[in-house]
Amino acid sequence: MNSDVRSSYCGSETEKDVAPATTKTREPDTAKRLNGDAVFRYLTTFFAFSILAILALMLYEMAGESMPAIKAFGWKFVSSKDWDAVQETFGALPYLYGSVVSSVLALLLATPLSIGAALFITEIAPGRLGSIVAPLVELLAAIPSVIYGLWGVLVMAPWLQTTVQPFLIEHFGFIPFFEGAPYGVSMLAAIFILMIMVVPIITSITREVLLAVPQSQKEAAIALGATRWETIKVAILPYGKSGILGAAILGLGRAIGETMAVTMVIGNAPNISLSLLSPAYTMPSVIANEFAEATTKLHSSALMEIGLILMVVTLIVNALARLLIWSVSREAKGGAA
Amino acid sequence: MMNGMAFRKVKNHLMSFVMLACTLAVLIPLALIFVHIVKMGISSLSIDFFTHIPAPTGEPGGGMANGMLGSLIMIGGASLIGLPIGILGAIYLSEFGGSKMSTTIRFAADVLSGTPSIITGMVAYTLLVVPMKGFSGLAGAVALAMIMIPIVLRTTEEQLKMVPGSLREASLALGVPFWRTSLKVTLRSAMSGVLTGILLAVARIAGETAPLLFTALGNQFWSKNVMQPMAALPLQIFSFAIAPYEDWHKLAWAGALVLVSVMFGLSLTARYFSSSRQAH
Repeated sequence: MNSDVRSSYCGSETEKDVAPATTKTREPDTAKRLNGDAVFRYLTTFFAFSILAILALMLYEMAGESMPAIKAFGWKFVSSKDWDAVQETFGALPYLYGSVVSSVLALLLATPLSIGAALFITEIAPGRLGSIVAPLVELLAAIPSVIYGLWGVLVMAPWLQTTVQPFLIEHFGFIPFFEGAPYGVSMLAAIFILMIMVVPIITSITREVLLAVPQSQKEAAIALGATRWETIKVAILPYGKSGILGAAILGLGRAIGETMAVTMVIGNAPNISLSLLSPAYTMPSVIANEFAEATTKLHSSALMEIGLILMVVTLIVNALARLLIWSVSREAKGGAA
Repeated sequence: MMNGMAFRKVKNHLMSFVMLACTLAVLIPLALIFVHIVKMGISSLSIDFFTHIPAPTGEPGGGMANGMLGSLIMIGGASLIGLPIGILGAIYLSEFGGSKMSTTIRFAADVLSGTPSIITGMVAYTLLVVPMKGFSGLAGAVALAMIMIPIVLRTTEEQLKMVPGSLREASLALGVPFWRTSLKVTLRSAMSGVLTGILLAVARIAGETAPLLFTALGNQFWSKNVMQPMAALPLQIFSFAIAPYEDWHKLAWAGALVLVSVMFGLSLTARYFSSSRQAH
């Protein structure tokens, strides 16, 4: 509402400015001042639009560089699993498989935990406790991925290898998901590290969404005699539903694009195996490992095409998530006004 | 439901307990990681870490001084490129915006900040490394700037929007031109919030590794020339962590402690700025 007022008066200001600036009756210092405004306007407009230019440039470059691979392999690129730099045949299926499985399973583990934690912080915890935990979670969301990777490869993977994986093999080895040898670095390790990494992100966005739920909604439920849990169930969760979904999808986008930590713990072997204990490979990992050393044009183009797929997927995922989160906060603002 | 109130109360307590358990499940792994970094980091840190370059393979000792210098240079370069674009772009969105176009730009910025950072590295590679025929600190700085811009743009815009319109009107009524009003009144009164956003953006790019893999590449030696491959702290942590040497793992932990301390320091300073703003 504020911005309308502002843009209307600065709009009229510039209209007035442009018209008289051409007439000679104006004093010189006013003319200079008007130029300043015009220059300022063009400059800020230019920089704001450079965001669109960067996004377009990124897509253009990625698409252009992928062209040789797209022409050479077509759809076989995503359906074949032969990746051989010497023979110059490239199929990205193992990487697609690894990315989808690791991030979807990590998200399935992380989302319920994050929603529970966000509800606890906003609705259950006594005021003081919530205000300590919330910034803590946000601080942890800012730890760089290479540090999660360092912990993952030096602490978590050995622990998985000596403790968790032998246990799973002994007791659940008859299920295809848990058969094979305990390597430590594996799909399972990637799923765990991704879960640990996306939980703070989903928690803090879910918290923001929950805070946007109008007080009147909660009060209405309480007035009807609902317990705290019933208030959450009938008033808060239904209202924040799409925003929470958005938070989870945003976490998915983050998990798909996560590079360093996953590269360090997943074992980097292009397998397509049902077993979560076997090493695997993801799209960002293969780029991280091979791009700097890709010597042939086709090899680097194939890696670019993986990058292009990754970028398009995350663009769609992020756009969807933003729209969902925006829809909740906009509703909340409308309700308040 | 059948037993009425008693059942509902039990269920209420049960679900509260489940939510508490979720919170603990979220915090415990993070606490474990944090404690481990501090423990390993402190036992591996030494003066050498801040003054020496990495020792040759197999030799003990050495440090990551060149990586810290390289990180500082590239963060500085990224800020030089990214801050003007982000802040002036934000002024457009909050002062001239309001149209469909600004919503599109906002949306693009949000989407851009969700793009995997390794993609930024690949784009910087094709734009700078290939034409310049070599990896360079400059390409690294540009890649980091591309990550920084959308963050600075969005946080600055949020802060500018909170400046009351009456301040702008007062300044304009005194005959101050619009551009001076924007810079000297609007931006200035939002300064502490804008600074918070900048610090958080710096904290974010300080830990980025993936975009530097094919741009700055890393360097075993002192590297001050931005046209040459440049060392960076996160890159060194990565290559030392996956190397099979115990000594290098120790250096990686020390690097991790330094990086985490810097980031937490930046975040806490940012928090201080934003809370001092709210106090006024």
